[in-house]
Amino acid sequence: MKILIFTTIFLLFFGARISLAQESPYIVTYDHYLEEPGNLEVEYFSTFGTQRDGNAFLAHWMEFEYGAKAWWTTEFYLDGQSTFGDSTVFTGFRWENRFRLLQHEHFVNPVFYMEYEQISDADKIIKEIEGHDIESDQTEPNALARQSLKHELELKLILSKTFNGWNFAVNPLATKNLLPSEPWEFGYAIGASRPLTLNASANSCNFCRENFIAGVELYGGLGDTQSFGLHETSHYLAPVGAWNLPSGWTVRLSPGFGLNDNSHQLLLRWGLSYEFTGFGERVRRIWESR
Amino acid sequence: MTKQIGWIRVASLPMVACACVFTIHLAIAQDNAAPASATNRFDYAELAKAPAKARGRKNPQEGNAEAVLVGKKLFAQHCAECHGPAAEGGKKAPSLRVDEVQQATPGTLFWVLTNGVVRRGMPVWSKLPEPQRWAIVTYIKSMKVSLSPDATAK
Repeated sequence: MKILIFTTIFLLFFGARISLAQESPYIVTYDHYLEEPGNLEVEYFSTFGTQRDGNAFLAHWMEFEYGAKAWWTTEFYLDGQSTFGDSTVFTGFRWENRFRLLQHEHFVNPVFYMEYEQISDADKIIKEIEGHDIESDQTEPNALARQSLKHELELKLILSKTFNGWNFAVNPLATKNLLPSEPWEFGYAIGASRPLTLNASANSCNFCRENFIAGVELYGGLGDTQSFGLHETSHYLAPVGAWNLPSGWTVRLSPGFGLNDNSHQLLLRWGLSYEFTGFGERVRRIWESR
Repeated sequence: MTKQIGWIRVASLPMVACACVFTIHLAIAQDNAAPASATNRFDYAELAKAPAKARGRKNPQEGNAEAVLVGKKLFAQHCAECHGPAAEGGKKAPSLRVDEVQQATPGTLFWVLTNGVVRRGMPVWSKLPEPQRWAIVTYIKSMKVSLSPDATAK
């Protein structure tokens, strides 16, 4: 049985062909490009955050992003965090779906985003800022914070455009804790990025300028239905960079800086991802062969 | 014991969710894979949908030998998975060595590459910068026509 499981995993992951991932450098913002159909991208991200009146932390999450269709990408997350001087805890999971709304490229390209989250109050990945999320929310010890579990629905409208090599993306978001008494919370993320050069070289190379994409993200909260606005909200400005390697790996780095007293002073994020081409096809073959 | 059951419940939810997604996808994929003939599965109708303005666009890299090499590399990285390593077509996408493609204007191919054929599984490739998309078009146009799809199917 163990051999069968091992062989299946080996065929699925290591038997898959590799293609150059042309990934955007954004960590919080989404552009309108979905995962290629049948491809699986496995991503690991980490966020180091400073914390006033508490201990700094290292949050980490895994993403499994699958291109179900050219117009539909589904993604599954596992979140965790380690707070220095406290403990390491698993903080929950998320299931995200993105749907491309229009067939062709337009002046602005909309993608509808829907996510279900089951996370505890100990979650610190700060993948998005919503409502009145502020730094002091995260001073609670892990043992207490992890006991409070919330179920949330998050909706985003991803608006994105690529022009002359520049990508511009705006993501307004609304989140609802599924408890009836909780209000809708709002937030935003804005990003711009561009490859270092628009021309490609004829040879495959690791350090060519075409493999590097740089940009900037701005994200924060916009209050909730009971108190909409910037009062008691946090905001971040983060330069972002991605290095797409011909071997299929992508490395991302982003130092984020808090823009007001409610924000963490520094959120240093990095990520490593790998794209497995033809993953769905391999699953299908195994399915058919049974 | 109660703690253990809690963990099992937490772990089983995402697994069930993933299983549902894969099952739906596999069902659709198997449905799509049913017809064996290349002619039945693919057509080149999308080429005719290119607007006149897009069709008339000139390839700025036409006749550039370097662009063919760049296009070849990019094709291998982004297109060969579906269209085959020599663009001969595959299970997921049609041959690009047929008259329909080779007779199309560079502007038409650029338009299809940029916009994709989302409903039929081809993603949009506007994330590749324009010079790189034109290089792919230059490479495709440099190929020789092979058998027509009808002949391939036979």
